[in-house]
Order: sequence, then C-alpha cells, then structure tokens
Amino acid sequence: MAARPVVEARGIHKHFGAHHVLKGVDLVLAERELAFVIGPSGSGKSTLLRCLNRLEEPSSGSVMVDGVDMLDARTDLNHARQRVGMVFQSFNLYPHMTALGNVTLALRKVAGKSSAEADALGQSALARVGLADRAGHTPGQLSGGQQQRVAIARAIALEPRVMLFDEPTSALDPELVGSVLAVMRDLRQSGMAMVVVSHEMGFARNAADRVLFMDQGLIVEEGTPAQIFESPAQERTRAFIGQIQKH
Amino acid sequence: MLDTFANAEIARQAWPILLAGLGNTLLLSVVVVPLGLLGGLILSVTATSFHHPLVRYPLMAWVDFFRAFPPLVLLILLFAGLPFAGIQITGFACVCIAFFLNTGAYYGEILRAGIESVPSGQTEAARSTGLGRLQTMLFVVLPQAVRNVLPDLLSNTLEVVKLTSLGSVVAMPELLFQARQAQSLTYNPTPIVLAAAVYFVLLWPLVRLLSRLENRALAARK
Repeated sequence: MAARPVVEARGIHKHFGAHHVLKGVDLVLAERELAFVIGPSGSGKSTLLRCLNRLEEPSSGSVMVDGVDMLDARTDLNHARQRVGMVFQSFNLYPHMTALGNVTLALRKVAGKSSAEADALGQSALARVGLADRAGHTPGQLSGGQQQRVAIARAIALEPRVMLFDEPTSALDPELVGSVLAVMRDLRQSGMAMVVVSHEMGFARNAADRVLFMDQGLIVEEGTPAQIFESPAQERTRAFIGQIQKH
Repeated sequence: MLDTFANAEIARQAWPILLAGLGNTLLLSVVVVPLGLLGGLILSVTATSFHHPLVRYPLMAWVDFFRAFPPLVLLILLFAGLPFAGIQITGFACVCIAFFLNTGAYYGEILRAGIESVPSGQTEAARSTGLGRLQTMLFVVLPQAVRNVLPDLLSNTLEVVKLTSLGSVVAMPELLFQARQAQSLTYNPTPIVLAAAVYFVLLWPLVRLLSRLENRALAARK
C-alpha cells in the first residue's frame, strides 16, 4: 500500500461572489514531495494554497492534511494549522516583536511550550535559516531576505508536515532572492513536503518533483519540470512558458 | 486686581478645600479612563470581529448615539432621571456610568481605526500558525493598533480628564465643585483661578507628551 499522502485536496471550488476562482482542482502531495505551481496572475494559484490551510474557505471540495479533514467542523483548526506552515509574499512578520518573538509566539500560545522551551526551539529554528545572530533584531532592522527567512523559521519551528510558499521571493530585491531559495533548498533536502507558488523557474527546474500549470482556475497540465518546461503538451502551457523565458 | 483674582490669603484658606477636590478629580480620572478604555475595547473588538449586520448596525447605532449625546445632558439625565426609576445612585456612580457610555464610544472609534490600520496579512500570518481569533487580536493586532493611534488615545484621555469637571453639576466634590464652594464662601474668584492653575499643572505634561508623539508620528510618515 502506498503511504498516505501528506496533502490530499479534491474537487476544490472557490467562488468570490460571482467570480469563480477555482473550478475543481485536485492536488495530492506525497511525503517529501515538492510541487511547484506556476501560472499567470489571477489563475487561482494563491487561492488554492490558501484553501489548503483554510485561510480561504473552499466553496466545495475536500482537504485532508496528514489524515486530518481540514474542512470538518469538528476538527480543531488551530491545532491542525500547526501542521501546515505558510510563508507569504509580504513576509507578514510581527513588527512589534523581535525575530525570536516572532518565532516563539505560536510555540508558547498554541503548542503550549514554556518560555524556556520555546526560546530554545526558536533559536534552533533561527539557526536553521542562518539567522541565529539576529534573534534580538526587530523586522525593521532586517533586510527583506532576512525577514523572509525569519518568516520561514516561524513556520518550521512548529514542525509542520507540509510547507506552503506563496510567492516567497516576489517582494525581494534580486540580490536577496538567493538566500531565501538556499533555505528552501535546504528544507527540501531535509525531506519537508512543500507546495511552492513562485516564478523562480530555475529553482523549479532543480528542486521540484512536479510542476503544475494553472490557468483560469484549473490545473491545465502537470508533470516533471523537464516535461513542463521542455515539451509541454498543452498550447496554453507552451505560451506561458515561452513568455516567461523571454525575460 | 491682584486682591480680586490672586488673593494670597484667600488662596491659603481655599487650598485644603481645593486639594480635596483634586483628590476626587484624580480618583475620578483613574476610574473613568480605564472604564472608558474597557468600553472602547469591547466595542472596537466586537465591531471588527463580527461583520454580521445584526451585530454591526446596533453597534454603529450605539456609538453614534453616545457620541452625539452631549455628556453634560447625559449626566444630568442620569442623575435626575434614575431616582424616578427607583434607582438611587451617588453622583460618583452617575459620573462613572455617563463617562463609560460617552468616552467608551469615543475610545471605541479610535481603537477601531487602529485595528483597521493593521494589515490583514498580520492576522493571516498569526492564524496560519494556529493562533485563535482572540489570541491573534490580543498578541498581534492590538499592540500594533494601539501604537498606531496612541496620539489620538492620549488626546481623548486629556479631554476625559477635563470633562471630569462636569461632575460638579451633580454635586460630585471634584476640583471645580470645591473651587466654586470656596468661591462662594469667600466671595472671591481666587479659588477658581487656583483651580485653573491646578488643572494646567496636571494636564500640561500630558499635552507636551502628546505634542511629541504627534511630531514623531508626522516624522515617521515622511
């Protein structure tokens, strides 16, 4: 029997008023797998990601994470969300706390760790993203790349089963992108299951197991990076890849 | 002139009376400001957490009503009206209730603006780590909200302390009431001048602090 998937989303629909953003999307993610989602803006990539931890409420469909039904009213959502780390385009660090404070808040308040335990776990999470010496800095004192790495540390400190990245490098100056991708690559090597929405095609080529191309609320095509980038089957995929590679 | 408005002898006689009044003014402020803040906190957190029309419209009506209702009229109405309803309360309790209703509405609007000034990404990040709604409000949103509207909160607090002088109309022996007592005993306005000076000494540091905060907020915006 195949191992249980970490994420199993089936038939996800999402309406925003009259706007039909997701039109029946399936996403199944195995242990240690990295799925990379590409597509034009407005294709529903971010919405799909946000449906997985229920930051958006899917209009219909099912979402299982690590065997837990995320849409069941009886599920303790706050508890379940510890299993799903999320990293945002705009970092969303808490500006009134230090880097360590950002990382330890949920450890103390959700995971119920003592301050000492939380600090130790927070320090080691910061060390994993190469920022052990920045624990006492506030977000305003850190570069964009450092802020995003603190945000990654905040998520991985809770030991999630899967990490969701929503355009993690889109708000960064080009010279700062590398440090964030390095941390993501390291995370990948440690076996973390990941869903990444991004335009970093180089990262997709050498780190993704699977690339999904979304357009107009549907997954148009999916395959290995080589398949999608070198010989896409669908015309729409080909057009999108062609456009991106012009840059 | 000096004998009329700044009579040293009368000031000396009136001083203990004023001091008692100052004590009551301070006591009133220390009770009424936290009470108003508490009311404002309840109103603003409820208004920003529940968007259902059944919650939103009554809250809006409540806030509008008490912001439009002159606090002096509210105070007199409570003081004169409640005994007819069979409720006997002291002037002090009356002032507390009136201020809770009036300043709660003002603090509520200020805090609501503060809460709405915090980007939604903050809430999303907090919720994505498993923090509940209340925890997110308490640890992530409110600290930023209060910081963003600190000058307005302080400015409103200044107004509240000044408004405690309204207590004089319901025989609450605060600073102004005591000063008027002393004035009518001595047939001399010196106690009123003295009271004004005491108010100034009490509030001027707050005014200075407010100016500094406002300047800093302006500088931060540039």
